[in-house]
Amino acid sequence: MSHTSRHTALDALHRSLGATMTDFAGWDMPLRYGSERDEHNAVRTRAGLFDLSHMGEITVTGPQAVDLLNFALVGNIGSVGAGRARYTMICQADGGILDDLIVYRLGETEYMIVANAGNAQIVLDAVTERAAGFDAEVRDDRDAYALIAVQGPESPGILKSVTDADLDGLKYYAGLPGTVAGVPALIARTGYTGEDGFELFVAPEHAEKLWQALTEAGAPAGLIPCGLSCRDTLRLEAGMPLYGHELTTALTPFDAGLGRVVKFDKTSHADDFVGADALRAAAERAEAAPPRKLVGLIAEGRRVPRAGMSVVVDGQVVGEVTSGAPSPTLGKPIAMAYVDAAHAAPGTAGVGVDIRGTHEPYEVVALPFYKRQK
Amino acid sequence: MSNPQQLRYSKEHEWLSATEDGVATVGITEYAANALGDVVYADLPAAGTTVTAGETCGELESTKSVSDLYSPITGEVVEANQDVVDDPSLVNSAPFTGGWLFKVRVAEEPGDLLSADEYTAFAGS
Repeated sequence: MSHTSRHTALDALHRSLGATMTDFAGWDMPLRYGSERDEHNAVRTRAGLFDLSHMGEITVTGPQAVDLLNFALVGNIGSVGAGRARYTMICQADGGILDDLIVYRLGETEYMIVANAGNAQIVLDAVTERAAGFDAEVRDDRDAYALIAVQGPESPGILKSVTDADLDGLKYYAGLPGTVAGVPALIARTGYTGEDGFELFVAPEHAEKLWQALTEAGAPAGLIPCGLSCRDTLRLEAGMPLYGHELTTALTPFDAGLGRVVKFDKTSHADDFVGADALRAAAERAEAAPPRKLVGLIAEGRRVPRAGMSVVVDGQVVGEVTSGAPSPTLGKPIAMAYVDAAHAAPGTAGVGVDIRGTHEPYEVVALPFYKRQK
Repeated sequence: MSNPQQLRYSKEHEWLSATEDGVATVGITEYAANALGDVVYADLPAAGTTVTAGETCGELESTKSVSDLYSPITGEVVEANQDVVDDPSLVNSAPFTGGWLFKVRVAEEPGDLLSADEYTAFAGS
């Protein structure tokens, strides 16, 4: 596969900050600026600044926008109030997960879907195809936005210093249009770190000004720029799935332990949304005899489990690691893994991970590994 | 960053000290440590094992990856750095000093190591 990497509006800025860059879903993105452990800890205890402009925005508007989304996605988008957001998924007809998404309701008949960078084209194509017959317009807005996230316990105070928007009134999973550091932005209280925080959608030409303003406003509180490496360990500690790891087309939301995102009770298209029949069957299967369960694993030793490694009991393979990393918060390696139901209960004895031929002992725990104190 | 003049370097980004009383010290370069990111686990060759120049003898694990450790020299390991085993971040904070990895009783002088200037040019650092 050969392609030219795409660059975000903040590319030159990342390079001036000395970032180590990495290819992610065809984008050249900051992996880390300094120590990824320091960046992780900054988000847990103070604040971190992320460029997430690789995420894919798709706008859906029109009188039947909500009906299209109820049909195309597995959630009940009709229950999302104006100014609110919903975590949901888009599935194939066979129930396999195409992507996990956040849908923001920007107005009465206007919604924005935010897809993972690696799936944005797939989601755009699927929603466009599924829009046939609906009085709704699907618009590719991937190039219309840069996305900057401020995450961490200090993020409300930092953001307040550069905006007059009513952040106290902005609940988790809500979004409102406002002005931040003098530039128009959609301010969303969402994130992928397990901390309080905000995601700011702005025009690409305003990205640098916003980044600089947040850097200056946040410096006294200990805000530092953060790369994708710590974003991955932050979401892993928070037990959040990553597409391509915990979520794939081979799994339904029920297989991934996320059946709650599927709503069979919708304001429209409750019976005929894409994947409905397969997902009903998957729901029954998960209820009766779940094959494997997504669990947390905490290492007793120091060797780090990685995606694709086998989970073993008595020398037999009973599961597979989907994500693994050293956890800065726990001080130990952790992993998420799909494990046969018989060995998936927290505290199950004798579970190990085959790390390059050695069976390292692991403790089975319920997810998440980390939950912030509210 | 600067690579100390008194050391010699391999193309696998290990450094080797001058031999003193038959023993030389091995570590990884600052360039390699930066490329790895935060090292979280070091599997070093135990005292008594034989290492061979150019062959793997352990591994260094960082947040995102695991990398094989190559020996730049052939001989018997006389000591692994327990400080690094206990606190692998020493490899990042002091790659050329406290973050050394192991000491080898040199059996055979290596032929094809780089000088500091050659390594700097090679690594582009």
